[in-house]
Amino acid sequence: MNIADNQELSSHLRTHFGEGIIVHGEYVEITIGKFERVAKYLKESLGYEFLSMITAIDYIDYFELVYRIEAFQNKATVQLKLKCEKVKPVVPSLSHLWYGARLQEREVYDLFGIEFSNHPNLKRIVLWEGFQGYPLRKDFKVKSYDAGN
Amino acid sequence: MEIEREPLTSSTEIENHEGAIIEDLRASSQNPLSDPTEWLEKTIERNILLTTVDAAINWARKTSLWPVTAFTACCTFEFIGASSSRFDIARFGMEVLRASPRQADLLVCGGTLTWKMAPQIKRLYEQMAEPKWVIAMGACAISGGIFHDSYSVVPGYNHIVPVDVYVPGCPPRPETLLAGIENLRRKIAQNSIKKSGTKR
Repeated sequence: MNIADNQELSSHLRTHFGEGIIVHGEYVEITIGKFERVAKYLKESLGYEFLSMITAIDYIDYFELVYRIEAFQNKATVQLKLKCEKVKPVVPSLSHLWYGARLQEREVYDLFGIEFSNHPNLKRIVLWEGFQGYPLRKDFKVKSYDAGN
Repeated sequence: MEIEREPLTSSTEIENHEGAIIEDLRASSQNPLSDPTEWLEKTIERNILLTTVDAAINWARKTSLWPVTAFTACCTFEFIGASSSRFDIARFGMEVLRASPRQADLLVCGGTLTWKMAPQIKRLYEQMAEPKWVIAMGACAISGGIFHDSYSVVPGYNHIVPVDVYVPGCPPRPETLLAGIENLRRKIAQNSIKKSGTKR
């Protein structure tokens, strides 16, 4: 199925998943509970077949995960935004939908410390085993700042 | 029908002539010719070159530095510029980059070194045969550069391997690298076998 514009995408998601989904242009804010089902629906029913990238942002009160998913047929892009808690962040893995999500989720886990449930091989990928902390978090201390600048 | 063939044992007049020439030359060339000496002046013929063991060994070492192919980041490109025809480090006898550390005696550390790569660089240095020298090329190799307090970058190669010459710049121009190599040659020239068998 081809999606003409963001209005149509918004109405599609609304009718399938209720009011909890907020669409701003190509950004779609969703909750963790509906996340897996929305991703599956985007891939299998709406033609968003390519997971372009996964990244995370460290805000003061929460982490936000950003998934950029592309549809080659109608040259469209959608970005899923997902909030998760700061203390023990866990989100469902998408590795069963896109194989490429494995490496990107490992990178997010490595640098932000966000865990992905049901990931088949969740361990550090860029840094080495035994590294203390998650360096892209805002509260990660580096040497010169530790010493009070 | 039979085909007429020449008998194999027969010899023609041309073959006999050729054989005679070869036999003559062989008979007259039993002793080697003497090498030409007319170009030598008589004074040089009588001279003896005197030097010290130190000077000879240091001359041999400093004029045939062989770098190992081990570069971690972008300063490499300035080294490539220095090693190709425009700046031409072949003038210093070091144009051969060895792919094996066993055959090299100079480690040019070009670029940012991460802690994950550091064990490999240390291993390469330890595999190089004595005597060996290290040039730290560029800000990252000297101190970590702009990444000096990063979580993943080694703040200077001298945390990993002993550095002989620091070449500043970000990246250093090939001329700067040549100046560093010149400094290293001066450093090698001051070695003595009296102090130790190796460079230090």
